[in-house]
Amino acid sequence: MTSANRKDMLKRGAIWGFILLELAFFSIIGDQLSVSDQPFLAYDNMLLVLKQSAPIGIIALGMTIVMINGNIDLSVGATFALAAIVMLDSMTWPFMQAMGDWAIPLAWLFALATGVIMGAINGIIVWKTGVDAFIVTLGAMLGFRGIVFMFNGEQPTSHLNWTLVDFAEAQFLGLHTATWFLLGAALVLWLLMTKTVHGRNAYAIGNNREAAVNAGIRVGPHFIWNFMLIGFLAALSAVVFYSESGSVNPNDGMLYELWAITAVVLGGTKLAGGYGSIISTLGGVIAIQLLRKGLGHIGADTQTVNLVIGLILIAVLVLDRQLNRKGQGELKI
Amino acid sequence: MTDQTPVLRLEGIVKTFPGVRALDGVSFDVRPGEVHALMGENGAGKSTLMKVLGGIHAPNEGQIFVGDEAVTMTSPKHAKAKGVVFIHQELSLADELTVAENIFLGELPLKGFGRVDWGKLYDDTNAILKTLNVGFDAKTRVGDLSIANQQMVEIGRALTVSPRAVIFDEPTASLTDSEKVVLFQVIAGLQEKGVGIIYISHRMEEIFKITDRISVLRDGQYRGTLLTAETNEDDVTKLMIGRSLDLSRSEATHELGDVALEVRGLACGSLFEDVSFKLHKGEVLGFYGLVGAGRTEIAETIFGLRTPSAGTILLNGEEVRITSPIDAVQRGISLVPEDRKDQGLVLGMNCRDNMTLPQVDDLTAGPFVSDGAEIAIFDQYRDKLDIRTPGWRQTVGNLSGGNQQKIVIGKWLSMRPNVLIVDEPTRGIDVGSKSEIHNLIRDLASQGYAVIVISSEMPEVLRVSDRIVAMFNGRIMRDFTAEEVTEDNLIQAISGISEKVA
Repeated sequence: MTSANRKDMLKRGAIWGFILLELAFFSIIGDQLSVSDQPFLAYDNMLLVLKQSAPIGIIALGMTIVMINGNIDLSVGATFALAAIVMLDSMTWPFMQAMGDWAIPLAWLFALATGVIMGAINGIIVWKTGVDAFIVTLGAMLGFRGIVFMFNGEQPTSHLNWTLVDFAEAQFLGLHTATWFLLGAALVLWLLMTKTVHGRNAYAIGNNREAAVNAGIRVGPHFIWNFMLIGFLAALSAVVFYSESGSVNPNDGMLYELWAITAVVLGGTKLAGGYGSIISTLGGVIAIQLLRKGLGHIGADTQTVNLVIGLILIAVLVLDRQLNRKGQGELKI
Repeated sequence: MTDQTPVLRLEGIVKTFPGVRALDGVSFDVRPGEVHALMGENGAGKSTLMKVLGGIHAPNEGQIFVGDEAVTMTSPKHAKAKGVVFIHQELSLADELTVAENIFLGELPLKGFGRVDWGKLYDDTNAILKTLNVGFDAKTRVGDLSIANQQMVEIGRALTVSPRAVIFDEPTASLTDSEKVVLFQVIAGLQEKGVGIIYISHRMEEIFKITDRISVLRDGQYRGTLLTAETNEDDVTKLMIGRSLDLSRSEATHELGDVALEVRGLACGSLFEDVSFKLHKGEVLGFYGLVGAGRTEIAETIFGLRTPSAGTILLNGEEVRITSPIDAVQRGISLVPEDRKDQGLVLGMNCRDNMTLPQVDDLTAGPFVSDGAEIAIFDQYRDKLDIRTPGWRQTVGNLSGGNQQKIVIGKWLSMRPNVLIVDEPTRGIDVGSKSEIHNLIRDLASQGYAVIVISSEMPEVLRVSDRIVAMFNGRIMRDFTAEEVTEDNLIQAISGISEKVA
């Protein structure tokens, strides 16, 4: 193994090392400062961390793919809310209500289709106009959110279906439904990105688009597939989350795009594209959730949590830069 | 030249990086008014030496003297203050700013309250531009200038101080022949003022035309300094690579096959027009001409990157319309592009994945890419092309230029192309790998491949081609066989001097 490869392994492992550090820190400090009697490392608590990682996590997996491909999607939070509304509202339509519990898969299908369509819109615009994905999806973020508000004004959209709630709250082999969705999505996407032609080409396009074009790769369709995929995943995330809660506010999902990007970047994926991994993003998502949970455990409030996460994100990237760039003769600025 | 104290002197410079001795005791000096060539293969330590001179790397041992003064450079700005300035191969200009702002970037003349003294700025700039004898003025936007003129701006930057030593790093890489003449005049002007010049280049012709002495590095070691007037290309090459190179042309020993590609009356807007030629199997057709003569554009049109405005392309006798690179690849046309790093390779990917990129679609087992099939292809072409890499997992960006180019060539050979177009096959590649690539191209022809080689280097086209097409200003001026061609008639054809021969 060459030293470059070893360095690569080390980089991929870093996020998991960070997670271990968090676990150790919060178990030890937690004993002193905890506001609850339960130890931080309690089995139930860890299961909850995974479950709560799911909504942002599923979106972050999609964001990884889009970012490896050299794009970004800022509209996922709005897509998330829109898909949730479609799912909950569709179950109140007369013909759906007449179907009984058979309405559930259909409602899911509607929601997922909404996500795919929103993604396809982004993808087609990015491909056909050549406008930067950042701008296109920024517009989409505002636009989709507008549709969410047009639907029901400031009012929440609610529909509680107990079969659905039971399903969402179920535990299979100990893990919650949401966790299974997160892990399942991670497995499928990992296979997609490491083993298939689409994944290979997505990396190539993100790393050097011109070389990919010269190699006869159709860049546009890959873009569209990836945007459809992230749209689908944003909707899937909504489906899993709102099956349990049954009520969506028009502001739900705001800032989700930024949390997803935070997790992706913590996992080591490059903003510039061409480099990154699904598994590391999973690590990034879990690391953030552990941090929230852990800081909560020792009695910190939400504002403090956000401050700490922000600081850690910057610290990690500074560290990454120091380790990777030092001595390579880069410009001093 | 009365004062013979060297303007710049290096003594026993050593620079080590973990595991590498990048510079190992380099000593030479540059006299006032001298053009001193610094040569060496890629990786010989030239760039490291420049970084030491520019204060980017601190040497572990050794001393730099500017005139009589021992200096420890701390930054390029410090070096400049000491009178040592660099003209880099890669231009680093701000396109949206004016010539004046670029030349005085970071040191704009000021008047009270931190306001820029625009009057002085433009006057000073125009004074510098006058010494360079260029046809644009201080207020021109840099982005509107040609590459050659942008390079003049870069040189102008060096002249804001009175430099004692100017270091040119591959300055002619993107210049046409007439632009080179202008550059050489500027260099001669600096010489007259007693400035010492370090001239880094791979191009022997230039080295022998303008330099006084040649210093050679190999593997970080200083191999000696030769007087240009008393040496020849062969000796320099020997010093650079430790053996002599066979630069003679290998004669065609095989029969030509059928016509693989025929182009009739091809045109693309104002880029080129009325281009017709035939390419046989087993033949290397060289395209020679100045930068901007339309050679690359013809290749890009055949490869589907540009849409022709007139003319037809026939593949194996059959008329085809090629609308995209995907189309071209499917029809068996391959292009090894001019710029390996930007257009040819996915630098962050490993060797194997780069090589199989165009055909990974066909290497699947079920929904997944088959590792075995990919490795088999990689192994086959690594052996065939003698690609030196620790293994297929190696990231392509870490390979040397020659090996990178072989990966690109391997990528297309593995597609078994009907027509292989190679644009500037050895740009930025060191002398040793260069001749390997030349031999490789000849080998491919003898195996029956139809190859087009586009090159700006005359020795290269002369060496590899069976026939040479000379281009000038978007038109084919003449079509030479290997027997007819001489350096003289080729030069005349590409300068538009000779009449067009139908």
